[in-house]
Amino acid sequence: MAQTVKQPEKTGGVGGAIVAAVLRIAVAILIPLLAIAILIWSVTFMTNRDANKALVAIVALIVGVGGVWVLYIAFDNLVSLLPENLREAVRPFVFVGPALLILGLYLVFPAVGTILRSFQDARSEEFVGLANYQFVFTDPTMLIALRNNVLWLVFVTSFVVGLGLIIAVMVDRLRLEAAWKAIIFLPMAISAVGASVIWKFVYAFKPAGQTQIGLLNAIWVALGGDPQGWLILQPWNNFFLIIIMIWILVGFSMVVISSAVKGVPGELLEAARIDGANEVQIFLRVIIPYIRGTLITITTTVIIMVLKVFDIVFVMTSGQFNTEVIANRMYREMFSFRNFGHASAIAVILLVAVTPVMIYNIRGLQQARR
Amino acid sequence: MSVTIQTKESASRDGIRRFFRSAPLWIGILVIAFIWTLPTVGLFITSFRPEDDINNSGWWTVFQHPFDFTQYTLENYDRVINTSGMGAAFVNSLLVTIPAVVIPITIAAFAAYAFAWLQFPGRTFFFVLVVGLMVVPLQMSLIPLLKLYVDLGNATGVELNGSLLGVWLAHTGFGLPLAIFLLFGYISSLPGEIIESAYVDGASPLTTFTRLVLPLSVPVIAAFAIFQFLWVWNDLLVALVFLGTNPDRVVLTAKLSALVGERGQDWFLLTAGAFVTMIVPLIVFFSLQRYFVRGLTAGSVKG
Repeated sequence: MAQTVKQPEKTGGVGGAIVAAVLRIAVAILIPLLAIAILIWSVTFMTNRDANKALVAIVALIVGVGGVWVLYIAFDNLVSLLPENLREAVRPFVFVGPALLILGLYLVFPAVGTILRSFQDARSEEFVGLANYQFVFTDPTMLIALRNNVLWLVFVTSFVVGLGLIIAVMVDRLRLEAAWKAIIFLPMAISAVGASVIWKFVYAFKPAGQTQIGLLNAIWVALGGDPQGWLILQPWNNFFLIIIMIWILVGFSMVVISSAVKGVPGELLEAARIDGANEVQIFLRVIIPYIRGTLITITTTVIIMVLKVFDIVFVMTSGQFNTEVIANRMYREMFSFRNFGHASAIAVILLVAVTPVMIYNIRGLQQARR
Repeated sequence: MSVTIQTKESASRDGIRRFFRSAPLWIGILVIAFIWTLPTVGLFITSFRPEDDINNSGWWTVFQHPFDFTQYTLENYDRVINTSGMGAAFVNSLLVTIPAVVIPITIAAFAAYAFAWLQFPGRTFFFVLVVGLMVVPLQMSLIPLLKLYVDLGNATGVELNGSLLGVWLAHTGFGLPLAIFLLFGYISSLPGEIIESAYVDGASPLTTFTRLVLPLSVPVIAAFAIFQFLWVWNDLLVALVFLGTNPDRVVLTAKLSALVGERGQDWFLLTAGAFVTMIVPLIVFFSLQRYFVRGLTAGSVKG
């Protein structure tokens, strides 16, 4: 070993070197074992319901934050014991191994499992061919869910991109730009559950004759209408849910588009003005073509988010009153109806719908980096 | 003299003209900003009003005497935090979120460093695999994972279903592809001379990573950390699936959503509860705005 040759005088002769090496090996093997033992003990401690709650919380934070580091360092030490030619061949796998292990366990293996289950019955016991897919595309309630997803796709995407673009160009010409952006971006920080409660209150309904405490009904009644239960008013209730997602996402698209708009060269705009183009023409003929790539990226990103929309529908209506969407239906198939075949088929449909858009997006990201 | 006066005049005339030209923009942005803030303001004000007032008058009526502080109360917060369990849920959200940010960042940083600067067989294959996994929606994982957790619990007694470790690892798995992709983009573009000179000086890969690569990667780590923090804090689906069975580990979003189901008309609880779930993201938003936008934009492709 290189190190024993290097430091003979420190440890005092060959005998000392051997003792030191043995000690080192013992320590390097013991530390990972000890680390794993402590981790296992702490996990059982955390699930112990009789334990002191504050103590559990502290242990959880220490283990959660520090545990992963301890494991890496311990295994790196262990690898350092290997003969030199082997050491550097094994070490990369200490670095990349945990990631691959978790990805395999949490994405690859389950994805295969879900695809298999999508061809099996409700309890994943027997193969039923394409029956689950037939259900997805023929069952009347599923068809409503699919229809609603299309509604969400069309309206959320067009409004988020359209409004985002308009607001981005507007604030570009105004003072206090950062403040306007912050106001419109703010909903992006809030959880979809929180946003849903905010809007549920806007849509709150009291019978006619009582004071309306929901903003929308108060305005509606003041204008002479009868109070409405907006969330059960079919088919418009879908749009009242869609508005929530638009409200959340416009700020995001506005910020991204805004930085693209700032990239339009001033000379280009100046040249267009000299040629006699008015502001609308400049917007349509110069700005939009110039930022086309960004607009497409935003569109694909929003499409992916909309395809997976779950929280808003879950909190607002749980998919009742014909407001179902596929991600919420998948959750209900899983936990309410206990039909893993149906739920898996819906998940696979989601994967198939997302994949082409996602591939396009990732390629765009990679090009942007070059 | 006359020349300067003229230019001044024309300048002020220009200013007026510019003002009139931008007036529609000002009106437009004011209307939009008003509409965008109104629902949140309504929630915020309502959360400080007594239960009876909330049910008998619209929240906008407080503006008749906005500085009459007797119409405001903190009782809703007291009730929702101490009686309805929002306080405990807040602690659980912290316990879920902090490790669910640190673990994937650590694992992703080690992996990204290996992909970028270490040689090993299958490097390209594994990297393409990782990037490819970004397309897999987490819905594809839920049923088999839950089954795996339950089977593991029955076989060994280690109960991951409903446990913190189970949900940390789930968030880690779902966040890793994006995290590795983003961190690799940054770490691989660090100048090679720096890293090679560290090797020449006898630094081990681990030392190079912790002393050199990690400190240099702070911007991308911060951006991803904020994104992942908000993602986990605001997540409902993963929390419902992996913690839903354990009443001791309910997080804020799941608690609020349960409150909507059980006490859908009790706006004094719902408004205060919603605000409790929002307070941490809002603090992050206002204190780290620049990183925040960068992080959310970077993470927007998450699957």
